[in-house]
Parts: sequence; C-alpha cells; structure tokens
Amino acid sequence: MSILKIEGVTKTYANHTALDNVSFEIPQGCIFGLLGPNGAGKTSLIRIITQITGADTGKIYFRGERLKPDHIREMGYLPEERGLYKKMKVGEQLLYLAQLKGLSKSEATARIKAWVDRFEIREWLGKHIEDLSKGMQQKVQFIATVLHEPALIILDEPFSGFDPINANLIKDEILSLRDKGATIIFSTHRMESVEELCDNIALINHAQKVLDGPVKEIRDAYKTDTYQIIGNGQLMITSPDFDVLEQHDNHGIFRANVKLLNNASPNDLLRYLIQRVEVHSFVELVPSINDIFIRKVKETHHV
Amino acid sequence: MSKIWLIIKREYISRVRKKSFIIMTLLTPLLLATFMILPGLLISMSGDSETVMVLDRSGLFEGKLENKKDLNFIPLAGTLDQAKTIYQETDNTALLYIPEMSLDNPEGFVVYGKKNISIQTQVRLENMLEKEIESQRYLASGLDREMLDKIKANVSLTAINLSDQGEKDNNAIITSVAGVVGAVIIYFFIFMYGVQIMRGVIEEKTSRIVEVMISSVKPFQLMMGKIMGIAAVGLTQFLLWIILSFIAVTGVSAAFGVDAAPSPAAQYAAGQVAAQGEESGGDDEAVQQDSEKDEFANTIQDVKQSFANLNIGLIFICFIFYFLGGYLLYGSLFGAIGAAVDNETDTQQFMMPITIPLVISFIMSYSLVLKNPDGPVAFWMSIIPFTSPIVMMVRVPFGVPAWELLLSMGLLVAGFIFTTWIASRIYRVGILMYGKKVNYKELSKWLFYRV
Repeated sequence: MSILKIEGVTKTYANHTALDNVSFEIPQGCIFGLLGPNGAGKTSLIRIITQITGADTGKIYFRGERLKPDHIREMGYLPEERGLYKKMKVGEQLLYLAQLKGLSKSEATARIKAWVDRFEIREWLGKHIEDLSKGMQQKVQFIATVLHEPALIILDEPFSGFDPINANLIKDEILSLRDKGATIIFSTHRMESVEELCDNIALINHAQKVLDGPVKEIRDAYKTDTYQIIGNGQLMITSPDFDVLEQHDNHGIFRANVKLLNNASPNDLLRYLIQRVEVHSFVELVPSINDIFIRKVKETHHV
Repeated sequence: MSKIWLIIKREYISRVRKKSFIIMTLLTPLLLATFMILPGLLISMSGDSETVMVLDRSGLFEGKLENKKDLNFIPLAGTLDQAKTIYQETDNTALLYIPEMSLDNPEGFVVYGKKNISIQTQVRLENMLEKEIESQRYLASGLDREMLDKIKANVSLTAINLSDQGEKDNNAIITSVAGVVGAVIIYFFIFMYGVQIMRGVIEEKTSRIVEVMISSVKPFQLMMGKIMGIAAVGLTQFLLWIILSFIAVTGVSAAFGVDAAPSPAAQYAAGQVAAQGEESGGDDEAVQQDSEKDEFANTIQDVKQSFANLNIGLIFICFIFYFLGGYLLYGSLFGAIGAAVDNETDTQQFMMPITIPLVISFIMSYSLVLKNPDGPVAFWMSIIPFTSPIVMMVRVPFGVPAWELLLSMGLLVAGFIFTTWIASRIYRVGILMYGKKVNYKELSKWLFYRV
C-alpha cells in the first residue's frame, strides 16, 4: 500500500514552472529518495506535500485520502533551511514544537526525555540553542522532526552540514524508524549519498519526473551486462560473445571491462577466462543512480 | 486556535523574560519618580528661609519690609562699610543697601551676597521695594492703597460648549491634555512594538526556524500569534509602568518626605494663582493669603469640573479601541516588512511609507488638530484609518459627532482587515524567500501569487 500518491501535480510560479505534471507513489514503510539536481523542483514538491503551499493542479492522496490539514500531524519535516529559536532553551524549544504538532504537554515531555537519553544529551536541556555547536543543534532539529512519531518523515538535504559521526547516527535512527513502520522521504541532489539507503527513488529534472521505482528494479533495467575483471596474464578475448570495452595492462596485471553479448551468461565469460588467465576479481559493473540519471537526462534531451 | 494560543504564549513569555524587558519595566517608573520627585526635593532643599540684612539710609522703608515665612529682614544701622563688616560675620543670605534717595528718584539699590543671590530672591526684593515705593507715592498723592485694590477688577472667563447634549464646561487645556496624552501613547506604542514585530519576523527568517514552524502552523497563525503576543507584552509593560510608577512615586516621596512635583492640573492652578502674583502687596498679608487660598481652591475646582465634564468613559473606550486598532493596522504591516527582507538594514525603504502617515498625524495633531479640532484637516485625518488612531484620539475629548466616530471606527476595522490581508499575502511568500532583494514591484506581485 502506498502512503503517498502524487497525481499530476503541477506548480508554476510567476516566471517559471517548478513542477510539471509529476506523478508517482511512495510505498508505506520504505525509504524513498527524491533525487534531482538543484532547482529541479524537489523542495517545491515537498512544500506541497507538507501543505506549506498548494499545487496548481493535481491531487495528492495520503493513505488513500485527499491531503488535508489534519495530515500535518502525521508528518515530520526537516527543511533544508532549518534552524531553531536561538534564545530558547533546548527543552522548551522541543516542547513548543511538539505541542504545535498536537502533542499534550505531558506526552511531549516524556518523549523528549526518552530521546535525549537516547542521544545522551540530557544535560543540554537547560542550555540555550545559541550556546550549542552546529552538530548539537542538528541533533535537536532531528529530534524535533520525529518527536511526534510521524508516519511520514520528510528530510530535505538531511546530511548537508552534518559531520560524518552525526550523519551515521542519524542514518541508524532513520533505519530504526523505518523498521518501526515509518516512511522516510529523502530529498537530495547528492545521489550517491543515499543510494545504499533508499528502497525506492524518484528522479526529478527540470520540473519533470524522469524516472521512479524500486532501486533494484531501476538498476536491473539499466544493467549493461558489463563485468570488470582483474587478473594475471595476457588477456586476449576473441570470442564474438564478449566485447572488450576497456583494457589496461600493467606488468602482467590486467584490468578489463567486458560486455556480454548474444545472451551469454557471466559464467560463460568466467569459464572462458579461467582457461586463459588467472582471475583475481570478477565484479558486475552496476550503474550508479548518478550514471542512470545522467543517461536518462541525456536520452530525454535527445528526444 | 490552540496553536495560535501556543504561539502567543511563546512570544509573550520569551519577551517578558528578557533582561531588557525587565530592566526597562523597572527603570522607567524609577526615572519617572525621580523626575517627579527631584524638583520638589531640590526646592525643599534650597527652600530654607533666607535672611536679608537691610541697611536703610533713606529711612523710607523702616518697619515696612515685613518678614515672610521664608524671608526675614534684619535692619541695620551705620555706614555701608560697617554694615558690610557685620554682614561678613554672619551667614545671612544677603545685605540689601538702600541709599539716601527721594521717592521721585529711587535709585542706587544694591544687594551684596557671599554667594550668587538667586534671581527669585532678587525679583522678590525688587517687587517689595517697588510696592512700598508705589504705596508711599499713592499716600503722597492722597490715594489709598485699599481703595485702589477695591477698584481693581479680576475677571476669569468660563468657556461653555452649547451643543446638542446641552451646556458643558469647556476647558480647552484639560481637553487637549487628555487627548494628546492618549495620542502620544498610541504613537509610541505602534512604533515600539511594531518594530518588535518586524524584528521578530526577521529573527525567525535569519534563524531559519520559519519553515519548520510553518510545516506545523499556517503562516497567518504564526503572524497573528506574534502580533497578539507582542501586544500583550506591550499592555503588560504599560500596566506595570502605571502600577510601579505609582508605587515608586509614593515610595520615594515618603522616603524623602517630599511631595511630588505638582501634577499638570495642580500646576495649571498654581499658574493661575501666580499670574495674579503677590499683587496685593505686603500691607494686608493675611487677607491676601486667604484670597490666594480661595483662588487656588477655585481653580482646582475648575480643573476637577473640567475633568468631570470630559466624558471619561468615552475617552477611555476610544483610547482602547484606537490603541488596539492602530496597533493591529500597523503591526501587520511591520510583520510584512520583516517577511519581505533578510535583515534589518534592508527595511529602510519599506519603513518609509509606514512611518510617514504616523509622523504626519503626530505632528498634525499638535499643530492643526489642536488649534481647530473640527476643521477639515482634522476631520479627514480622523476618518482615514492610517491617521485616525492618533488624530481622532486628539479630537475625541473636544466632542465628536457620533456618526464621525462610528465612521472612523468602522473604517479602522476595515483598514485593519485590509492591511492584515495584504500583510499575510506578503508574509507567506516572503518568509520562504532567502537572499533575494525585493522591491515594490516584486511585493505587489506577491499579493496575487497563488499559494
């Protein structure tokens, strides 16, 4: 079942189109990557989902219902431009934001306690935000985003500005939230950063959806049947089933990218190689999301 | 609604807890008390009775200079040099030297002092000498001073308004004061707290909290919550100022045993009395004191009467209405400015059109409106919502026809709804714009964005 269904959403501003007839679905309980270069329309789409702005045309369904203001409570949004009230204390700030999401004071307090213990930041509660380092503030922001246990968590460029330790901490938290049933939308232009994290993705470029679906399927669809072989010996491939795309020799060590033709299987290639050279490494060259994106964009441009 | 309430609460508490708020709130009444008490204190400190030694070589003033409660005379005899030596040995205030002279040509009076002699004392001495010489000249020409006092007339004009509601005492000064005080408070309140709204919005933008906020609440709720929260801060501050000023003034005056400097009403009354001065001279001190008291009591009575005749209830209601109406009208515009810019230095160009009507109405209410509260300028400025909170406040105590008042109030409400509409359109676009310098053309486009 999909938690969010976007149908033909279009959004134009005075002088440009931010989203042009975008449609896709986000399955429940997955980590969803909303990918695309800067200015593609990712943030516009997120602002429509979080009801900060409205779409010109198109419909959005949240758990099968038309999006309505009540749904805000079920969403947690960490914007790209994020911050906190500098003069407020950490505890007060978290309580305030949680209450605005509709939590009662006692419930919010209990959850804040649980989270600060988890992040081992209990002693910060009485500190002013302006006295915290940037990394500390990011932790507080993350807690504020997920404190009301939203079913849909939307993170816009979540790792920009995070140091690697915090980024890993947040990644672990995101995975555990998904395991508890939450759906997470990642929006980023740094596609490699979320590749291993995302179950599903949608690629957006110039206000249009280029591609969407499960990462595995997309990769399979863009598989090129190319393998990288590293080994020892003199490699000379003459079989018509294999096409050598690239080959480097260096003091008897070779590295070659070979494409399978005529429905040959990787095992065929391996068998062929074993008879001739010593194989050290045999790896399928899987296209990265980045490669796929670039290919896809080029294709659409040629068309 | 509960979200707006949460926002109001945060805006209120975060401001009321600020050190600057607490210091301002405590310091202002103290300063006020100091300014009220200090003159009284100084007067009483220098108010010790003065003693003037008199060397009267003419013999005309012998026994004529009577001791007052704060001015004593000690007659001396001998030469000027002897008198000077005697004076040097005392710590009396001054030595008054009256040379030998005739009534026709009174010249050569000199006052010697160890320190500077206050103008007040000099003038008093001059007056007493003049009076005495005049009296003696009257006597010499066969006129009696008492007779002259009887002839003298003293007229005080009572102004009465003949209006639909019947006769009403009209004391122009009291009326003006009531209105102007209200207008001044409204003026400063709009400015002080309007700018606070603007700063609050800019702060939310620069700290990047705003997008987090509006994923939970509507921009309009955020804006209105801020405006109302700050209004509550302002009202709290004014209320505390009134209460604390009262406590401070009574406290300080009790501690120093000094009366506060007279209130404007009492000053006015005292002024009236002073205008008549010590005219009746030194001859009939007792009679004069009595008449002075009567005079004073009458004037106080007049002032009280004027206050009673001012429709206090109406003025108060109008004050609250225009106070809130004006604040809300301008407050939302200040909020919109905050949303349109990135930092405070960029606010200048947008502040102008807001500041100008406020300043103009403030200046006008002092000049034109006070002079002619029913004139066309006063009328139009009290009807137009942007100037009416200040100008109408000045006009109300003079009496304004009900239809004008209702029209002005109705238009103020309409104006407030209009500016809030404009402001909320600018606000919802502006708070999500970063690093973009906007101009009026851009702003006008924002009004019609579909969001």
